[in-house]
Amino acid sequence: MPINVISSGIMTTIQDLGRPGYYHLGIPMGGAMDRLAMRTANLLVGNPEDAAGLESVFVGPELEFTEDATVAVCGAELPPRIDGEQQPTWTALSVKKGQVLSFDFLKAGARAYIAISGGIDTPPHLGSRATYPIGALGGVDGRAVQPGDSLPLGKASGKARPGTSVPEDYRRLPGATAKLRVLPGLYWHRITEESQRRFFEDIWKVANEADRMGYRFQGGRPLDFVPREQPFSAGSDPSNITDACYPYGSVQVPSGQEPIVLHRDAVSGGGYFMLGTVISADMDLIGQLQPNTTTQFVKVDMEAALAARKERKALIAAIREAVG
Amino acid sequence: MSRYTFGGDEHVFVEVDEEMSLEAFFTSLAMTNAVREANIDGVIEICPANASFQIKFDPDKIHPQKMMDMLKEMEQTAEKKEAKLDTRIVEVPVYYQDPWTHETLMRFRERHQDPNGTDLDYAARINGFDSVEAFIKAHHSAPWFVSMVGFVSGLPFLYQMVDRSRQIQVPKYLRPRTDTPKQTVGYGGSFSCIYSVRGAGGYQMFGITPMTIYDPKQEAPYLRDFMVFFKPGDIVKWRPINREEYDSINADVQAGRFEPRTKDVVFSLDDFNADMDGTNAKLMEALYAD
Repeated sequence: MPINVISSGIMTTIQDLGRPGYYHLGIPMGGAMDRLAMRTANLLVGNPEDAAGLESVFVGPELEFTEDATVAVCGAELPPRIDGEQQPTWTALSVKKGQVLSFDFLKAGARAYIAISGGIDTPPHLGSRATYPIGALGGVDGRAVQPGDSLPLGKASGKARPGTSVPEDYRRLPGATAKLRVLPGLYWHRITEESQRRFFEDIWKVANEADRMGYRFQGGRPLDFVPREQPFSAGSDPSNITDACYPYGSVQVPSGQEPIVLHRDAVSGGGYFMLGTVISADMDLIGQLQPNTTTQFVKVDMEAALAARKERKALIAAIREAVG
Repeated sequence: MSRYTFGGDEHVFVEVDEEMSLEAFFTSLAMTNAVREANIDGVIEICPANASFQIKFDPDKIHPQKMMDMLKEMEQTAEKKEAKLDTRIVEVPVYYQDPWTHETLMRFRERHQDPNGTDLDYAARINGFDSVEAFIKAHHSAPWFVSMVGFVSGLPFLYQMVDRSRQIQVPKYLRPRTDTPKQTVGYGGSFSCIYSVRGAGGYQMFGITPMTIYDPKQEAPYLRDFMVFFKPGDIVKWRPINREEYDSINADVQAGRFEPRTKDVVFSLDDFNADMDGTNAKLMEALYAD
């Protein structure tokens, strides 16, 4: 029995943990921007962590249930309502057949993850239900959710325990000033030492151009490049390189002006230099940044990156323990 | 010797050469093939590029430093392999100076080096051509090598199979566009590309092909095996067409009647370097035989 979409918010897409393995063809792994929130929402409703749910940006959808289900909303503070009555986030909620799930105004963060017991059961494409609109893959006919869509559900595990809540300490949202840890590398040597220092000193702000492909930042000083004759094929601007692969999380700076951090629906390659990469542990936070959020990039080494990754894994394990 | 660097804790990035060359491409291809064959636990994505490549891995399964060390070892054997490929040559029709890319380039003029001209005017002028027509001729006279697939779904980067002195070079847009028509033939650095889908782009726009190169529904007969048409190592010959032929091929593509002219060929880098024009002539013979 499906869920009927009454309204879809601004950009609500079906997401799971993504489709790795096709980046060499320009098809990005995709999946939830905040994977920790997606996993947590799934755990709360008794789904496998990689089940498909909804990712809503800023504005939530309005969904009519045609059967009883358990739902959970994690990530951004986008308070759910069931038949108009406000409900807590990060909590397993019972929804009865015929009830409508809607949302209040966004209070914090940017992306809310809505998991439903059984998971959304649209056809997988290259091993994932994640929506990649540019390549028309996954989702509903390769696109975002629209009013009038009926979203099929899989069979619920029966493991959901309505009322279960994720302890406050385990809910991750960026602070008033976001801190994103970056491992310098890639074409780091192409900018001057002064620019290397300034990049981490400056206060940046999330620009309006911030989506699943990448987040642009503004407000810091432009970068100066180490003078050189541009290599053959790279193009004449000092920020140009011979077109290469872009790692997820890599920070490219076209013309040395505004850094762009590539995210889950990233273009897989191109001709702009990159100065380093946001570490894997902080990628989830980026998806929760609203435009204008002040942000500082923090320089770390590999050891710190791996320690942060371990910490994040421990957090997921603690959440499993707490809600499982 | 290649330059090895980390892309965060999940990627090793290897720059075989700062400059593009078919030698660098073949080293990158040989190394990525070796990584695939080695079947290393923890490797998630293997992405060859023009003169570099990238490996994405799970650091919980393989330590980043170990991943990098393994790649360095592989470079020794990869460099010794003969640069020879069993591949195919494909004819791709191009409608140069089409109305759709023209409309788009006018819309993004303030992001361009030459706000008063067109992308083709600019490219022809900075490459020392007397006319746009002469420039277009240089673009389609010699074949191209697919040296990378990526950016967005199935987009091929192509490198022209001519002597360095005859290579065309153009910069990318000052700021990338937010829109590019589907199947635009673009140009940046020394690479042509075909934009497989509509979307953002920084390459100069020269024309458009009616040939679908990416289709998740796989409706075109030549996309039945896989939704992406191109793979690294494919050879492409552009064929200029006019509006009339564009419309007719487009109708054939839409009806599922179009099949690009394609022939299997063997490409040897040594033979090519010894005689570029001769190798290209043989490729044309193979393409147009029968």
